[in-house]
Order: sequence, then structure tokens, then C-alpha cells
Amino acid sequence: MTGHMRLGFHAPETAEELAHLVAEAVDTRTPLEVMGRGTKREIGRPVGSGSVVSTERMVGVPLYEPSELVLVAQAGTPLRQIETVLAENEQELPFEPVDLGPILGYGPGEATIGGVIATNISGSRRVIAGAARDYVLGVKAVNGRGEIIKAGGRVMKNVTGYDVGRVLAGSWGTLAIMTEISLKVLPAQREIRTLICFGLPDPTGVEALWLAMDTPFAVSGTVHMHAGLAKGLSHPDISGAGVSVTAIRVENFPASARYRASRLKQVLAAYEPALELDTMGSRAFWEEIRTLKMFQGTKAPLWRISTTPAGASKLVAGLARKIEVRALYDWSGGLVWLETPPLSDAGAVEVRRTIAELGGHATLVRAEASTRGAIDIFQPLDPLLMALTAKLKQAFDPAGILNPGRMYQGL
Amino acid sequence: MSLALPDPDRAVLARRDDIVNQLATLVPEAILITDEEGRRTFETDALTAYRCLPLAVVLPSSTEEVSRILRFCHENHVKVVPRGAGTSLAGGALPLEDAIVLCLSRMTKVLAIDVATRTARVEAGITNTGITQAVAAQGFFYAPDPSSQIACTLGGNVATNSGGAHCLKYGVTVNNVQGVRLVLMDGEIVDIGGDHLDASGYDFLALIVGSEGQLGVVTEATVRLIKVPEGARPVLLGFDTTEAAASCVGAIIAAGIVPVAIEFMDRPAIHVCEHFVAAGYPLDVEALLIVEVEGSDDEIEYLLEKIEEIARDHNPATVRRSQNAEESALIWKGRKAAFGAIGQLSDYYCMDGVIPLSKLPKALDEIGWICRKYRFDVANIFHAGDGNLHPLILYNANDPLQLERAEQCGAEILKLCVELGGCLTGEHGVGIEKRELMYVQYSDADLEQQMRIKTVFDPEWLLNPGKVFPLEGRPPQ
Repeated sequence: MTGHMRLGFHAPETAEELAHLVAEAVDTRTPLEVMGRGTKREIGRPVGSGSVVSTERMVGVPLYEPSELVLVAQAGTPLRQIETVLAENEQELPFEPVDLGPILGYGPGEATIGGVIATNISGSRRVIAGAARDYVLGVKAVNGRGEIIKAGGRVMKNVTGYDVGRVLAGSWGTLAIMTEISLKVLPAQREIRTLICFGLPDPTGVEALWLAMDTPFAVSGTVHMHAGLAKGLSHPDISGAGVSVTAIRVENFPASARYRASRLKQVLAAYEPALELDTMGSRAFWEEIRTLKMFQGTKAPLWRISTTPAGASKLVAGLARKIEVRALYDWSGGLVWLETPPLSDAGAVEVRRTIAELGGHATLVRAEASTRGAIDIFQPLDPLLMALTAKLKQAFDPAGILNPGRMYQGL
Repeated sequence: MSLALPDPDRAVLARRDDIVNQLATLVPEAILITDEEGRRTFETDALTAYRCLPLAVVLPSSTEEVSRILRFCHENHVKVVPRGAGTSLAGGALPLEDAIVLCLSRMTKVLAIDVATRTARVEAGITNTGITQAVAAQGFFYAPDPSSQIACTLGGNVATNSGGAHCLKYGVTVNNVQGVRLVLMDGEIVDIGGDHLDASGYDFLALIVGSEGQLGVVTEATVRLIKVPEGARPVLLGFDTTEAAASCVGAIIAAGIVPVAIEFMDRPAIHVCEHFVAAGYPLDVEALLIVEVEGSDDEIEYLLEKIEEIARDHNPATVRRSQNAEESALIWKGRKAAFGAIGQLSDYYCMDGVIPLSKLPKALDEIGWICRKYRFDVANIFHAGDGNLHPLILYNANDPLQLERAEQCGAEILKLCVELGGCLTGEHGVGIEKRELMYVQYSDADLEQQMRIKTVFDPEWLLNPGKVFPLEGRPPQ
């Protein structure tokens, strides 16, 4: 259990009950804090509502057709449960969702699928497989008017009307409360190889990552991390290296994964891949990346920065000149997890200034509540996009009762 | 012809000369077509049964011109129908009498190719194939590959979230576009997404893709590039029954293999294509699958062997692996030419419903019954891996009664798709064609939510109106 305060806590079991509850909240102008099991509750601006609505009692997998690559889950179903069901059929969620629970003090696998999709948090395989939102085939939800709406469906292709389902992905519960989600799933990878290089400076490490991506070997994981972060991982050769670590993953059926790894080794010879992890070792390593093990056990501010591979190491170097930072590069440099010192603004001024120069966007994933209430957690938008954002919010939630202020102040 | 267009705004029609003159002054560099013969070229798209002469046609060459045109139309309450190559099979680019057609086919530039981010920035009028041609030298390709890819534009692909044969592995347009430059109806220019993955804030990109030109006009896009695989090779699997073919598709996927493409053709389609292209398709089977896999030679051999092994459990009449690149090209040429080949024999009405894969045998059976009931022949060619059906109803377009019957037949097929758990359209879009069927799939609340989104972007509903939503549907207050 998530251990949050139960006062004013509502956990309806059906979409109809939820719709009724939202309609009541509209009538009484009661803002609702929307969540699944609350493992990401501390991300975003504090909602400041006495009433919490949770989907945690909407649990189950009403439909799973492995031969159609489709799974339909109730929004409150824990991620762990979905991954277990999929694993029984040697399938998986292709976007390899990052599990933010453990860095925020919750257990692994506690997050709900609703929360995973509502935050559109994708893991290392995103670089080749796409984001969480790319696997959303359809949703059922309750909008801010208390209406039950559906969008998309359970089939692979669908351009029947606007793609409302994908819009709810990444909307952090501010537009509608998802009650059921249809997802595309894929066969699980049977054999995995991970090549690891040691001691590469950031620009060289990132260069190795995108060089690996520039091959036809379907590279599915590309991370580079500072020495201080590698120390937090379990593999003794990695934690004990005392230098930066660069890791590249290939997957497929056994002969192919081995072939791809051997070809990649040639391509990356100049970067001296000194360690190769087999399937078991790879699974353990990437699971630690997925749960951000190196950032667990502290409360230091943590940023998630989406940028370009070409700009990533410049961004980190620029920041490192101003404040002390530790960085994990993922997505061949397109994503940077950045730990900053416990400054009152979590380093926001410097982070935002650097991003303004180099492009991209940053979200403050971990910070003290006082900090979260005082600064922008999500990347501030340009005025035109902000105006569209406000109007879209209005189109779903005219009374402004769903997670008000969570993403943007006053919205 | 059973679908009506919205009543034209008489006041706008009366001001036609004035509007045209003002446009000419406003965008002197753009091509402006006002004479009847010139406008005739744009009176229809690939849903040729419906035609309408627009007020004028304007072909801009820059985002700034698009912005000026839209701002002017907004201020003057003139409707705008955006258009690329006009290959919509659903009437998505059908003009309106009181609308300007805004055709982006001159905006074809490749603005940047970025190897590090594996993206290309292109103008929206570039053809789908044009993107791949531009990046081929660097070893990349653009993945979505609709059958009309030589002609259709990226802008149109974005509007309808186009797929194609290879989207089973690589996804459809929404999975392959990272950013767009969008001009809103009031002329404002907004950039959504870009070089980096996953734009911050609401996923406006997901809304724009598949919105059929109703939310804004896309003038540029950043597309994701995929590294060309080491090799690719198809195998032809022929079956005596469609059921066997369908269950083979399910078995391949259930075995953990996701080929790049699984295409299905039924007997009429096989015969027409073979006659047209001589691709070497077997003629004595009821159903043919083209299953393609990618990788190194060894990987391909391994996967094809696995697939053939699975196929043997379903009593295939033919198992024939392509032996070389020429054979592979020919096999695909037959498939890609299918619609054209059938078009040489008969007029056809192409449907685009999607069904859950497990319902494939039932769906094909029922489609056969429905077509017999309406006394039409039908050919089926489609993307079996994702359940996206394309029944071609063969009819005589010169007979208005037949056209009307074909439309009724098509509507019945699409309703069947929804009943089976699928949807009305997988990649062609709703357009005008399926507008009135939207209530088959959606409730009032579902559609009202979508219409409210339309109103967010285009409060007066000037952009490509009369499409997607039932005509009696009005923007909710």
C-alpha cells in the first residue's frame, strides 16, 4: 500500500461510480487529486486538494490476446501484475516503462498501468521502440464533466476520429481519469547482450551510443553514466570500476543477438568494449537502469531532460560549470537524468537557462515539496502553446477540478 | 451519391471576385488558380464519385504564405480545404463550393537531415517516397509506406495517420513523426515537438496526426529515420482456405515472431495482380500471404524457416521463398500494384475497416455474404498482421444506382468491423465517406469530446468542415 492519508479518499470500483463522483465534484466545485496508487504523487506541483480520487480498485485484465498482441487493462492494475501476465506468454511492454516508485520511496512494480500511461514515462528501449503513448490503442476515461468517454479501440490501427487516447497519455490526470487502457504488446526478447565500455568522457560516450544506433543491429538500449552513478549498480565490475560506464544492448533470438553483439564489437572497437553481459547479466543491469537504482536512497533533486544526442554532453558540461551534477544519459543521449545539489530551486535557473540555449525540455522528477510549490516542475511552454494547453484543458475539464495546478500554475 | 456537402455560405460565394483579388495581392508569389478549367483539376480526390468546384485554389511556397492565407480566410469567414496530392480514398480533400483549396504540393524541400538524432526535417508537400529517396544515401529510410507512396504527400500522411505494409514492425505515421510546424486557422504559427523525443506538456502531436486537416495546416515535419536493415526477404504462403491463412497469421505472431509485413490477398486479388505484374503468385489457392522478415542473411534464413515450419501446421498449398532481390522486388510490385491492377478491370470502392485478428475468418466470410447480397464481386487485399482490411467492392461507377448500392454495401461492411470489435478506418481516414457512420463506433459523449477539441483549434469550424463528424453534429456550446 502506498500509505497516503485516507481522509477524503475515494476509490471507485467502476467507471460509472467514478463518473458520478466527478459529476458531484463539478457540482460542488471540489478539486480532485487524481492518482492510481500514488507512487508518483510527489511529482509535479502540489495539487493542494483535500479530496483524492484513486483508480486503485479498478484492477484486472479483461482482455488479453497474445496472438493479436493486445492487452486491455483496468487503469488501476499494478504494473507488476501486467508484466507477470505478459511474461507467462513470453510477451512484454515494448516501451520498458521506467519505474519511478523506488526513487520516490515506494516499492518496485507498485505503479499502476494508468499512472504509467498518464505520465508517458518510457524506458531505455524507447529509443528504438517508441514511447508509452505509441502503444496506446485506446482508452476509456471519465472527463472533467463526469462523462464516460472512449477513444480508439483494441485494434492495431485506428484513425476513426481524433486520437484522444494518446492525448491522455502524458496529461498527468489533468484532462480525464483513465479507467481502462488498450495496449499493443510485443514478444519478449529471448536473448540479450550488453556491451560495456569503461572510462569514456561524456562526449565520447554519447558518440559511441549514437554510433551504435547508426547500425542496422536494432540496438535497443544505450546508456552512459558518470562514475559516481555506476558505483550504485550491482555488477562488481561496473560498481568497482571507478570510472564512467557506457552500455549498449542488442536483443533478438539467440543466434541473432550473439551475431549483433559481435558485429557491434567491431563497430565500437575504438571505444574498447571490455565487458559483455549475457542474457541474465543484461536483464539484471537493465532492470537497475529501469528502476534508476543509482538514484535510489537519496532525496537529491532529480531532473529528467529530453534533448538531442548532439547537444546532451554540452548541456551537462555547461551545467557542471555552474553546479555539481551527476548524469545518466539514455536514449543514445536524447534523455539525461540529472541529479543536482539540494539547492532551494533544485538548480532550476541553471537547468532552464541551459535548455533555452540548447533546446529540449526538463521536468523536475524529485524535489522537496517546498521546492515543488515554488518553481515550474514541467518545462514552461511558449505563450502560443500555453494558450492551446489552457484551451485543451478547458475542453476536457471546464470546471478545472482534475489535478488543478499539477502541471502548470493556475491550470 | 448519398452524402451531402454542407450548404455553402452564400455571402462568401457572392464575394468570390473580391476574395480572389485580395488573395492575389496578399500572396503574390503563390500560385492562384481561379479559372474553371484549372479548378476542375482539384474538384475531387481519390474518392472520385464526389466532386465539387472550389472557390479558388492556392498553392503557397512557404509557411509564411500559408499563415497569411489562413489569417485572411479566418478574418473573412472563408472555409479552407487543405490538400496534398489528393490521394484520399475517403474524400478528405474534397473541396467545398465556398472554400479555398490550400494545396501544399509545391512545398517539397528537405530542410535538414540529422544523422545523430536520426531525423529529417522536411516540408509537408514532399512525397512519402521522396523522403526515403532523400535519406537513402545515408543508409536510412522513412518507414510508413502507404500504397500511394509515390504520389501521396507527408502532409496527407500526417492528416490520416497513414500506415502501409510495413507498419506491423515500424508503426504508423504517429509513431514516426517527432515534430510539426502547424499553422492555425487564425494564421498563428506553432512548433510542436522537434529534434528531441516526447515533447513536453500535452501531446498535441498525437492530436494533429490523424486529424484530417481540421486542426491546423502542417507545413513542415521532423520525421524519424530508420536504418536500412542488412537485408529483407519475403516468403509466399498459399492456402486452400482463408481460414487456414488467417490462423497461420495468428500462429506466427503467437510464436513470438513479428515479421516486418504480413500481407493477405484472396483469389480474385491474386489473379488480377498476377495477370498485371507476373509476380509469380500461385493461382490455384484461395488465399496468399506475403510474409517479409529482415536482418542478416542468417537471421532471415532462421526466421523464414521458423515461419515455414509454423505454416506447415496449417496445410499450405504453396510455400515459396524469394530467392533473390529481383524476386522480392517483383513480389512486392504485385502487391503494391494491386489497387491499380484491379482498377484496370473495374471501378472499385475501397474499404478500410479494422478487425481484431482472431475475427479474420469470420469477417471475410461475412464480407463475402454482404457483397453477394448486394450482388457485387469483392477482392480482398490487406495488411493481415494488424487486421486492417481493404475489401474492394467491384462496381460500375457510371451507374448511379450501383454507386449507391456499393456505398450501402460498404457501410454494412464497416458496421460489421465495429461489431467484431474493430473500427471504421485504419489508415484512410473518415473524410466525408464515413462521417455519418461515426455514431456506429462512438457515443454522443465521445464525439462531443472530439468536437470540443476541434473547437479549441478552430473555433468557427472553417478548416476542412463537413468531414469526420456527422453533418448534423454541431460544435457543442
